Amino acid sequence: MSITSLTAVEIAAKLRSKEVSAVEVTTAFLDRIDSEDAKYGAFLAYDREKAIAEAEAAQGRIDSGDSLPMTGVPVAVKDNISTEGIETTCASKILKGYIPPYDATVVEKLKAQGAIILGKTNLDEFAMGSSTETSAYKLAHNPWDLTRTPGGSSGGSAAAVAADLAPVSLGSDTGGSIRLPASFTGTVGYKPTYGRCSRFGLVAFASSLDQIGPITKTVEDAALLAEATTGHDERDATSNPAPAVSSRELKSGTLKGLKLAFPREMYGEGTDPEVQKAIQASLDALRREGATVDEISIPSIPLGVTTYYIIAPAEASSNLARFDGVRYGPRSQGQGHIDVVAKTRAEGFGHEVKARIMIGTYALSAGYYDAFYLRAQQVRAMMTQQFLDAFKDYDFIVSPTAPVVAFKLGDLSQDPMAMKTLDYCTIPANMGGLPGISIPCGFAHGLPVGLQLMGAPMEDERMLQAAYCAEQLFAVSPKRPNL
Amino acid sequence: MPNYVTSVGMEVHAELSTKSKMFCRCQVAFGGEPNTRTCPVCLALPGSLPVPNREAIEMVIKTALALNCKIGGTKEESIFHRKNYFYPDIPKGFQTTQYGEENPFGYHGYLEIPTPDGGTKRIGIRRIHLEEDTGKLMHLPSGGSGIDYNRAGTPLMEIVTDFPPDIHNGEEAKEYLSQLRQILMYLGVCDGKMEEGSLRCEPNISIAPEGSKELGVKSELKNLNSFRSVQMGIAFESRRQEAALENGETLLQETRGWNEQKESSFAMRIKEAENDYRYFPCPDLVPMSFTPEYIEELRANLPELPLAKFQRYTQEYGLSAYDANLLISEREWAYWFEEAIEKGGEPKAICNWMNSDFAKMLNEEGITSRQSKITPDHLVELVKLIEDGTISGKIAKTIFAKAYETGDMPKKLVEASGATQISDTGAIKAQVQAVLDANPDVVAKYKGGNMGVKGFLVGQIMKATQGRANPGIVQQLLDELLSS
Repeated sequence: MSITSLTAVEIAAKLRSKEVSAVEVTTAFLDRIDSEDAKYGAFLAYDREKAIAEAEAAQGRIDSGDSLPMTGVPVAVKDNISTEGIETTCASKILKGYIPPYDATVVEKLKAQGAIILGKTNLDEFAMGSSTETSAYKLAHNPWDLTRTPGGSSGGSAAAVAADLAPVSLGSDTGGSIRLPASFTGTVGYKPTYGRCSRFGLVAFASSLDQIGPITKTVEDAALLAEATTGHDERDATSNPAPAVSSRELKSGTLKGLKLAFPREMYGEGTDPEVQKAIQASLDALRREGATVDEISIPSIPLGVTTYYIIAPAEASSNLARFDGVRYGPRSQGQGHIDVVAKTRAEGFGHEVKARIMIGTYALSAGYYDAFYLRAQQVRAMMTQQFLDAFKDYDFIVSPTAPVVAFKLGDLSQDPMAMKTLDYCTIPANMGGLPGISIPCGFAHGLPVGLQLMGAPMEDERMLQAAYCAEQLFAVSPKRPNL
Repeated sequence: MPNYVTSVGMEVHAELSTKSKMFCRCQVAFGGEPNTRTCPVCLALPGSLPVPNREAIEMVIKTALALNCKIGGTKEESIFHRKNYFYPDIPKGFQTTQYGEENPFGYHGYLEIPTPDGGTKRIGIRRIHLEEDTGKLMHLPSGGSGIDYNRAGTPLMEIVTDFPPDIHNGEEAKEYLSQLRQILMYLGVCDGKMEEGSLRCEPNISIAPEGSKELGVKSELKNLNSFRSVQMGIAFESRRQEAALENGETLLQETRGWNEQKESSFAMRIKEAENDYRYFPCPDLVPMSFTPEYIEELRANLPELPLAKFQRYTQEYGLSAYDANLLISEREWAYWFEEAIEKGGEPKAICNWMNSDFAKMLNEEGITSRQSKITPDHLVELVKLIEDGTISGKIAKTIFAKAYETGDMPKKLVEASGATQISDTGAIKAQVQAVLDANPDVVAKYKGGNMGVKGFLVGQIMKATQGRANPGIVQQLLDELLSS
């Protein structure tokens, strides 16, 4: 088995036993990116010299017995996360050439662990999309079928892991952007409880919904990466004071006696019957192991997408106001400040980003604020309450991560509404700040299907335990695409 | 022609004297090389996040308490909003501020100002909120413009008076501003430097016929850099508006600038439709609430404010209103006075020295009391030397001047100069007799009923003793010898 098909945990073990060196590991992945990424479009930027230098330093730590769990392990980072000295574009032309002078907290934490920043992964422009097709630079392709999308917006991060271009990666999740691509690529995607992972250095899309999290081959890798990147950060005022997500008790859970709820609204309009079949089969498997799965109703679920498409664009319209060409990024020529800003933004932003800025601007405008933004916040509060109420009776809520499997590139790009409704299963976790995870649970049409678990806020560790048990039971993870 | 009533709404911005900026740790200071006090947060680099400055929030709450405000907004929590607009001096494309009545740090308070008749008038405060300052646009010598973000993100407190306004003329506006400035400086939350822009005042002025229930069309006045310009600017605006109305003109809601040289205002821009700033709660910052214990602790630790000091100085120490006002005019000055009193100085005497000789010397040199070599210990010792008759008031002036120059203690200076007062009756008597002997004609005049010449004789005696003779004893001996 080659190095690049190993999990992070396996690589870490081989590094510690000196079976391989950190430089060998990093070189193996870089070589594979060099030769294979043209097929996948997973990476937007990587710096071989920098990565090798980091690997050499990591090896030094290993040799001196000063290694931590992630020392020497390469990590691919979504390109909306600030990396000092490496171009960070958010897959937008408006940030072309922008090289940040600082690291995001998650990157800083990874570097402190001695992990290697392998490169920056492709995404939908400013994380706005579900297929990575709004990237201003290139399409990303699903390793299971290159004519299909790896999902989005963290499509590059998911494709990189599924195609063995990186052992693990970081994505960001505003409405499902980690979990949906994980589901489409047969990987594990975990969005922590809002506030557990610092957003400092994550280029904001919708601040109250955004959360960074891992995309990995296994739940164990997800827990490992989460442990290395989460924890309180005083540079993020919305950061939770709790310590980092712990992986210590990961394997001590059991499915026996677990009380799961399946909201019937999660089989919404457009659910692929084959996906439904795969989900039912995995729920049956969970029941056989002693878990109970009750069908319940959470009536606000169908309101999620509409609500999300008020709140997220509203915040985005303000968050993206800083891209004016004054301090960074390309600047267009024009007459006077407003003209320069207008032209810079007209030329720098893509269609989807502009559409969302327009929607958000409208939703916040005087006279519409109450009807749209305020109303959406009320629905959000109601939805959150309904989920919290469910958690009084149940340990976790289970559902498909997405109603469909990975679709063909171009299939939905002309149908923005169909694209947006894909997220209805994942949006509630962002609305309520809940932890959510997608794990591979089976196949439909020969493509991976993801099962989603959502927990009450701060139940990350218990949710990871349950996901780990379920992963062992489904035994889907070992199945890899033909690369 | 109706009588017009002027109404003035006051919007005061005070830059807080915090060590660091509102949402990052960059240092707060005036001037400096452009863009040297900046970081990813105050430059709004992609991905950076704000973290509120506790010190700034505490300063605003202290101010709100000192201005008799309720704390924490009508919903009992304070939140920050985003005010969205494009301008190159706001790096994020929005200003983080507080919006509306529901959530500022302080609301519904008041400030009392003295009135010409010796009473006080209550000026209602609508709200006190916290926001961040902008950067500064500058024209580059090479052409084009640049932006200095050193000031961007400096904590800025906004204090807004009630509506409808309680202030009706420039005099009251000036008094309000001066009281407010004094309070802010006593609280140590703002350095009050209007000329450097750390305290900025933008009054809204309108006039309406007496008895009218509605206010007239207002103009907002900018570029007011001193109390005098605030007073004059408002008076000018009120006259200008009145003249315009009398000429049958229609007033426009506009922003006007004050020209200090011409002592007149000029139109800057007409306010068109209300800008839509799309205010919404900032999702990067969490709502803040304050426990009653925390607020009470801050309240208990508020310093004594100028008005309370004024009352104490006049009532307890029997100082005149004039003197008391001079003492409280600057916090440092009042504290200097109080330190001298604590060290045993007699209040009236200390006050007299401070407000005359000391103030004059400081002014001449252009320094503050704390920068001078004179400490409260110096003055207390000097006053004691006068009280116990060691030196005369006249000598004391010379000693004070020397102490001011050298920093030496008065006692030491007196001893070195031998300038102690002569209270030895025998020694003085000899001098008195000598003067009388030398001026028989004057003595004759006195005895002939011209009592006025006595002053001349006293003068001669003092001259003969270089002013060191105890004046009381001189008088007494002179009377004695002249009547013998």
